[in-house]
Amino acid sequence: MSEFVMPSLGTDMEAGTLYEWFVKPGDAVQRGDVIASVETAKGVIDIEIFEDGRIDQLLVEPGTEVPVGTPIAVVVGAEPVAAAAVPVPVPAAAEAHPMDQKALVRPSKPEPAHNGKRVRVSPVARKLAEELGVDLSQIVGTGPNGAISRADVEEFQRRGAAAPRVEETAPPSRVEQQPVVEKPAEQPTKAAAQKGSTEFQAAMRRAIAAAMARSNREIPHYYLETRLDMGRPLAWLEAENQKRPIRDRILPVVLLIKATAKALVDVPDLNGYWVDDALRPSEAIHIGFAIALRQGGLVTPAIHHADLKSLEELMAAMSDLIMRTRAGRLRSSELTDATITLTNLGDMGVEKVYGVIYPPQVALVGFGKVMEQPWAVNGLLGVRPVLTVTLAGDHRASDGRRGGQFLDVLAKHLQEPDKL
Amino acid sequence: MKTNGKNGHGEMVTLTYREAVRAAIREAMQKDERVFLMGEDVGSYGGCFAVSMGLLEEFGPERIRDTPLAESGFTGAGVGAAIAGMRPIVEIMTVNFSLLAADQIMNNAATVLHMSGGQFNVPLVIRMATGGGKQLAAQHAHSLEGWYAHIPGLKVLTPATLEDARGMLWPALQDPDPVLIFEHTLLYNMKGELPVQPVEVDIDKAKIHRHGNDLTLITYGLSLHKALEAAEQLATEGLDVEVIDLRVLRPLDTTTFIDSVRKTHRALIVDEGWRSGGISAEISARIMEQAFYDLDAPVERICAAEVPIPYAKHMEEAAIPQVDSIVAGVKRMVGEYV
Repeated sequence: MSEFVMPSLGTDMEAGTLYEWFVKPGDAVQRGDVIASVETAKGVIDIEIFEDGRIDQLLVEPGTEVPVGTPIAVVVGAEPVAAAAVPVPVPAAAEAHPMDQKALVRPSKPEPAHNGKRVRVSPVARKLAEELGVDLSQIVGTGPNGAISRADVEEFQRRGAAAPRVEETAPPSRVEQQPVVEKPAEQPTKAAAQKGSTEFQAAMRRAIAAAMARSNREIPHYYLETRLDMGRPLAWLEAENQKRPIRDRILPVVLLIKATAKALVDVPDLNGYWVDDALRPSEAIHIGFAIALRQGGLVTPAIHHADLKSLEELMAAMSDLIMRTRAGRLRSSELTDATITLTNLGDMGVEKVYGVIYPPQVALVGFGKVMEQPWAVNGLLGVRPVLTVTLAGDHRASDGRRGGQFLDVLAKHLQEPDKL
Repeated sequence: MKTNGKNGHGEMVTLTYREAVRAAIREAMQKDERVFLMGEDVGSYGGCFAVSMGLLEEFGPERIRDTPLAESGFTGAGVGAAIAGMRPIVEIMTVNFSLLAADQIMNNAATVLHMSGGQFNVPLVIRMATGGGKQLAAQHAHSLEGWYAHIPGLKVLTPATLEDARGMLWPALQDPDPVLIFEHTLLYNMKGELPVQPVEVDIDKAKIHRHGNDLTLITYGLSLHKALEAAEQLATEGLDVEVIDLRVLRPLDTTTFIDSVRKTHRALIVDEGWRSGGISAEISARIMEQAFYDLDAPVERICAAEVPIPYAKHMEEAAIPQVDSIVAGVKRMVGEYV
């Protein structure tokens, strides 16, 4: 038996209001199931459960606000011998960050079982499955003695990625224009509908204020900027898009996301969290993509494993995120997992953006508008589409030289769009 | 030895491993008058494996010294000479016979620096032949270098290539502490090309001889060549195997093989020594300690069968790692997926 607690969904969240239960006592649940939605200053977030079992009791009524860490449901393990999760109650006043979230909700981890037999999983396969959130019990091992190998997990993920969970409420559809702003929300957020947008706005402003004030107070930012000749990548993309039906076309921002992810593979110091006076680099690259809300405010949900996704997958992931963000249907893991933030204010005509890092992340990459500019090459002056990219780095975690290397490799990756 | 003209590294010569060791001894004797060679039959007979052929004529009986069949005595003399300021090279005919000198090696050479509170280094080099494959049976064919790698105070080298046979002796003589060099008997006739000008080598790093992504073969000595041949065969079947020559068994260059295992996620250790308590067990343990979460399959070992090395040719072959057993081991570990 274990307690399911109110999760922390961001640096700035101290309490959440239970909005709706999707389960009732007696229901069987599986790791990854959405069992409730919680209203925070950032909208209504779906909450996933991280263990298999059965709901025993619901402890909190919809509409009740409880501090982060408060038990809100009791879950009974599916197998009688399953170890009880160790709930770690977090005092409401304690500062929560994304890592707390993981510590909080990682409960007992039952061995994947086929007919009650213990399944062999190689250590690296287990680690990878955990990073990707893959359910090992779904995989048939092909390694020595039928063990699940790294290749099995990758293969499963590759096949699985083609059919992601689709939210019933907001079927994803392609966004044809630069998606960051301007696109009207498909529907008002539930929170806005319920509470009236003024109050919701105020709450979101307060949340942003808390996070940004903390950032400015604690993080010694350094800033770097460089200008990129976008002629080659844009020409490549245009040619590429000519071959595609309109609904499958790829937006330029996708190239920027992928190039950023690839550059982070080369310069990993910028990808991760500053926790307990130390940099905790993250192997997984989850790019928080700043999405402005029509009614004001913004959220930065994560595009998971951006470095491993193809351009098509990134385009689909981004469209889906934008749609669900504006519909107020984000998942908790998407709100807490970002390891770096990317902001693109180019379509607002902004030439360059100097970002404020979202703690405990350690970097923010900003892209401005692509503008035709005079550009000298080999002593000749020409006109090129030029994009200014900036990096805001946490000087505790990295130095300007590393930041410079990052921008340098980012530029190089963009100049080879066919390899992105 | 014959000169072949140029090839990028300057002038090259074709020579055998035996000649490479001899060239290394000759060069050391020319460069440093404190260096001398002693051992059974190293003088008039030219060495049991003909390594020192011609050196007596070149350097005289003062510096190329035949000894009685008394390993403990002459190894002890080497320890004393080293403490007194000489740079002796002691040749022990095979590693099996080194057990007669084990007291001098372990209780004196390896410990005097410690026991004297740091007053006396023992800059001694002991060379010996090791390994099976020549039907020399159970008193001449064992691979006990892993035992010596157990002992703090010693450095243990296993030159597997002409370059190392030629290059490791000089840095070993420069080392202020005792260094053991194990030359596999089947390598003495190996032929290859080396630059005429000696190439400097280190005596503390393992070397990646072949890069690959599917599995790491970790080995040393003669088995390096079997591992490389196995890797060639596996490459024709689409398996991309990395091959590491440890070169130095003590201190082990852990970084090189751990980094490799982190990349390939699989490790197979090939060791002509016995499995139980051998150097292969040490390597496997370090992989568990440092790279467990990067493993995609259990670490495996191909070692000598746990018997005294047999005399009969087919049984001797069956007792020690061979190309076929390495190929089969790799395939077993990789499973269905490549």
